[in-house]
Amino acid sequence: MSDLMTTTSVLLRANRLKAAYSVAGGQIVAVDDVSLEVRKGEVLGVAGESGCGKSTLGAVLSLTVRPPLFVLGGELEIEGEQLDLGPDKEPPREWRGEVVSLLPQGAMNSLSPTLRIRDFAYDVIRAHRPQTRRDEALDRVRQRLEQLDLPARVLDCYPHQLSGGMKQRVVTVISGLLDPRLLIADEPTSALDVSSQRILIEMLREMLSQQMIGGVIFITHDLPVLNTIADRIAIMYAGQIAEVGYTSDIINRPRHPYSAALLSSVLVPEPQIRRTRVRGIPGAPPSLLNPPAGCRFHPRCELAMDVCRTEVPPQVGAELRFSRCWWAEQHPDESLEVGG
Amino acid sequence: MSSPTESAAVQVSPDGQGSTPAGRSSGDPDTLLQARGLCRTFGHGSSLVRAVDDVSFSLGRQEIVTIVGESGSGKSTLARLILRLLDPTAGSVYLDGNDVTSWRGRRLKAYWRDVQAVFQDPFSSFNQFFTVRKLLRRSLSLSSGGAGTDGETQMAQALEHVGLSPDEVLDKWPHQLSGGQRQRVMIARALMLRPRILVADEATSMLDASLRANILNVLADLRRDYDMTILFITHDIGQACYVSDRILVMCEGKLVEQGPTDDVIFNPQHEYTKRLLADVPRLHDSILG
Repeated sequence: MSDLMTTTSVLLRANRLKAAYSVAGGQIVAVDDVSLEVRKGEVLGVAGESGCGKSTLGAVLSLTVRPPLFVLGGELEIEGEQLDLGPDKEPPREWRGEVVSLLPQGAMNSLSPTLRIRDFAYDVIRAHRPQTRRDEALDRVRQRLEQLDLPARVLDCYPHQLSGGMKQRVVTVISGLLDPRLLIADEPTSALDVSSQRILIEMLREMLSQQMIGGVIFITHDLPVLNTIADRIAIMYAGQIAEVGYTSDIINRPRHPYSAALLSSVLVPEPQIRRTRVRGIPGAPPSLLNPPAGCRFHPRCELAMDVCRTEVPPQVGAELRFSRCWWAEQHPDESLEVGG
Repeated sequence: MSSPTESAAVQVSPDGQGSTPAGRSSGDPDTLLQARGLCRTFGHGSSLVRAVDDVSFSLGRQEIVTIVGESGSGKSTLARLILRLLDPTAGSVYLDGNDVTSWRGRRLKAYWRDVQAVFQDPFSSFNQFFTVRKLLRRSLSLSSGGAGTDGETQMAQALEHVGLSPDEVLDKWPHQLSGGQRQRVMIARALMLRPRILVADEATSMLDASLRANILNVLADLRRDYDMTILFITHDIGQACYVSDRILVMCEGKLVEQGPTDDVIFNPQHEYTKRLLADVPRLHDSILG
């Protein structure tokens, strides 16, 4: 990657993000020193098991952190504009929805059951831009729907009149109404069946190419879905990024044992899974109240060495493609086998 | 409710537990459960919905049969009909050749000893005020045994089968368990009763992929160890492909295709099955090209 590419086309640079839930027994640091980059027009996938901090990362990036979750520190840089995050720093109101926008988990249930779609969309626009006239707002929504090949009649519908897939598409369109630079989509396809999934993914791609959104962070536990939409994938484990890389590299040549284990447990309708006994990952992710010393994955890792139990693994590789693993450090240019 | 004429060949003995009549129409000696012409409609007039529309299939002993289909295809309604939690508008369910469609009271309870279920959402299937021990004990009371130390052993065994440590979970409250642990408790609950048929309605859909494979392995192993037959219901073709012997494809209440897994998944005949398979995201080639 040339310097030109990395410096001019960066959309988001997140630096050393740290956020914790405050609980009776102390602090659960659910996002621990996470740095990542999203380039313009890019879809960055974030994957990992439940409880690995994916959604918390989404909340931090979308500036929607609420108690008991607190941001402890970090910086965001979006299209050159800097924002310092911290426990006492209230993020600027105008960033939310216009610079970063969150498509939350279960978004299709966030439509108000008593409002028609057009009134809901108007409320959203008015909340951010109070001077907008109602007909202007509705024109904008109608235009958007047309650009994305969705029927304008949904504007007159109540949510219960729409299918789950259509509700999710409508909410996605609404979350992009203010042209956010970065859309953070948290499990947007998880409640949908495969046909609706494909349509939503195609729609997100269309929103990117028409520059309604500048880039997407796509949070999911579903690696096959990421294979269809993500340019790069970040694998999270226990609040940290274990590995980042281009989608085909992560899927075909993982360099972190956790990525390989996740990939091995995926069940897809391909002939080889009829012949093998797929093994899940033994054990469960650690409690973040008291994470394991050294590499956080070592208690579940088949390749764990002595050093893994005591020393925090180094980041092996560059910004766009790295693995945090002692094995990767000792085996440059090698990758792990998936499955079998 | 009906007792259709097509079931005339099947005689129901007075106690419902009698021997299998010789004139059973399926012809397969190992058929355990059979659904014939099952229909279920909701609503009426112009808003009538045929959730399950003339569905017939059979489950062979120790088979794992999966019903796949999109949301709204009627999979779960069919599961509820088989479980006798819902009465069919027409058609019948046979267990061992006995028509169980109109069973009530004690006989229905006996049916539930044979046919158990695990549902999708491990967060809504628990009573928040019961510990795991109390929950399991109540289920045991459905079966004849289960009192005293005998019951304790059965509970411990079932939990160990699904990879849980009895000491760790028996005295926990539901909110102290993770989603994966809850779902495994639910599977253990069903197994404890040694059902002959387990109906798993999206039982693994809410679990992490890393755990899902383990649970499916447990189910596949148990059918041999416990002589169990499994009716698995899912929208996830990957899971269906991994675990089933046979697959039934459901679309708008109808069974549009059924056959051995390898045939249905790798050589689908019906247009709907082809389209469904084309939309499934793969790991090794992108659907969007």
